[in-house]
Amino acid sequence: MSDHTPSTHSAPSSSAAQVPETGTARVKRGMAEMLKGGVIMDVVTPEQAKIAEDAGAVAVMALERVPADIRAQGGVARMSDPDLIDGIINSVSVPVMAKARIGHFVEAQVLQSLGVDYVDESEVLTPADYTNHVDKWQFTVPFVCGATNLGEALRRITEGAAMIRSKGEAGTGDVSNATTHMRQIRDELRRLQSLPKDELFVAAKELQAPYELVREVAEAGKLPVVLFTAGGIATPADAAMMMQLGAEGVFVGSGIFKSGDPAKRAEAIVKATTFYDDPDVIAKVSRGLGEPMVGINVEDVPEPHRLAERGW
Amino acid sequence: MSHRPTVGVLALQGDVREHRRILAALGAHTVAVRTADELERIDGLVIPGGESTTMWRLARAFDLLDPLRKKIRAGLPAYGSCAGMIMLADHVEDGVDGQETIGGMDVTVRRNAFGRQLDSFEAALEFPAIGQPALHAVFIRAPWVERVGPDVEVLARVAAGPTAGRIVGVRAGRLLATAFHPELTADTRVHGYFLEIVKEA
Repeated sequence: MSDHTPSTHSAPSSSAAQVPETGTARVKRGMAEMLKGGVIMDVVTPEQAKIAEDAGAVAVMALERVPADIRAQGGVARMSDPDLIDGIINSVSVPVMAKARIGHFVEAQVLQSLGVDYVDESEVLTPADYTNHVDKWQFTVPFVCGATNLGEALRRITEGAAMIRSKGEAGTGDVSNATTHMRQIRDELRRLQSLPKDELFVAAKELQAPYELVREVAEAGKLPVVLFTAGGIATPADAAMMMQLGAEGVFVGSGIFKSGDPAKRAEAIVKATTFYDDPDVIAKVSRGLGEPMVGINVEDVPEPHRLAERGW
Repeated sequence: MSHRPTVGVLALQGDVREHRRILAALGAHTVAVRTADELERIDGLVIPGGESTTMWRLARAFDLLDPLRKKIRAGLPAYGSCAGMIMLADHVEDGVDGQETIGGMDVTVRRNAFGRQLDSFEAALEFPAIGQPALHAVFIRAPWVERVGPDVEVLARVAAGPTAGRIVGVRAGRLLATAFHPELTADTRVHGYFLEIVKEA
């Protein structure tokens, strides 16, 4: 692992280094910039990874069970078997992400050792620490973390997250929570931008985030890292709506491989994400996709089983 | 052509906004390009960083690959960074099965040549065509150029480290390509160099 000075700035002023530097904030955040406008798909086998790549995924997310199955089967959900992650890395040439439990820094170390391109410190798995998230500055591999609001996003960035995704409610096929989280983050960004400078101190207190980062975000009007959406996206129209709400890209979990025709649906979601503001294209790609995942209304999920409420 | 060129950024996927931000700061009018019609209204094209296989599949699916090839062959100036470099190469190594490019540059580019994300790096890079000081170059799962044809000018090579000497900047006529991402820094000189090509065209 490398030792890097924590920085909340997107462009740390590096001295003209003659020796190549790896694992810098810019390299980590830059990786996420390259995924923008794309779809990252949950896969549990090398075969699924190949289907995702063939459909145009910009990256795949390796995990043991998709959220819908974690939800149905219960029990403790953990990092995947390294053999499975190796199998997926060897089957595709697009970036491979993998999930670690919240706060489980050793799972994260293992994933870095396996050579994954991004670690998702994810509420979809059972948290390993109910107080602390992983200190992500200590890693060369970049991290993506979930957030339901701006304060949560800023706390994760402070811990070193190089990419944020709205949480939604994974494994439901119900997009309503993703909508709520995207609107919430967008509204809070807009509010922060409108505040006079002398009110940013209190804003930082309310957001429970460092003042320097809050000021930077208020000036830029956006997060210093890429913001994707996740949780409950099951159709091309779902993906396009999230993009119109300001997401810079889309994670799709159970929505693809729990549907009737995964390859076709995956390709349609990729197309709808690129042409998110063109209803003619979205209409065209939404035809004949077969059965969507069945889905569960978030309201019917008892509160202790709501994944979005994990993390803080 | 007019003193204020219109530069399109291919907006199928990737870091479109970063390129538009730099081009706009240099005084260019920028537009996102996703259709063949939009290609007709530009003086130059930037192909951003991103996932080259995704860009290829979308360009193929939306019938954009052939119009892009025609425009490039007809002399449209183009600049590609990273995935954009792959898209402008006539030959690609380590692509996926059947991967096509727009082509136009007589080069062979090896995809993900520097390795996975853990190998992504930033380093100083001499780029004589834009002068001093050296660029601060950001390489992300970057490709390199493995072979250059006779009419291709090498603009930059990695200076130090295990990959020293690898070709990471090339120009062939009105086509420019870099394996790194100047759009992720505040340095506008590579884009400025491209806008000179556009203005001379």
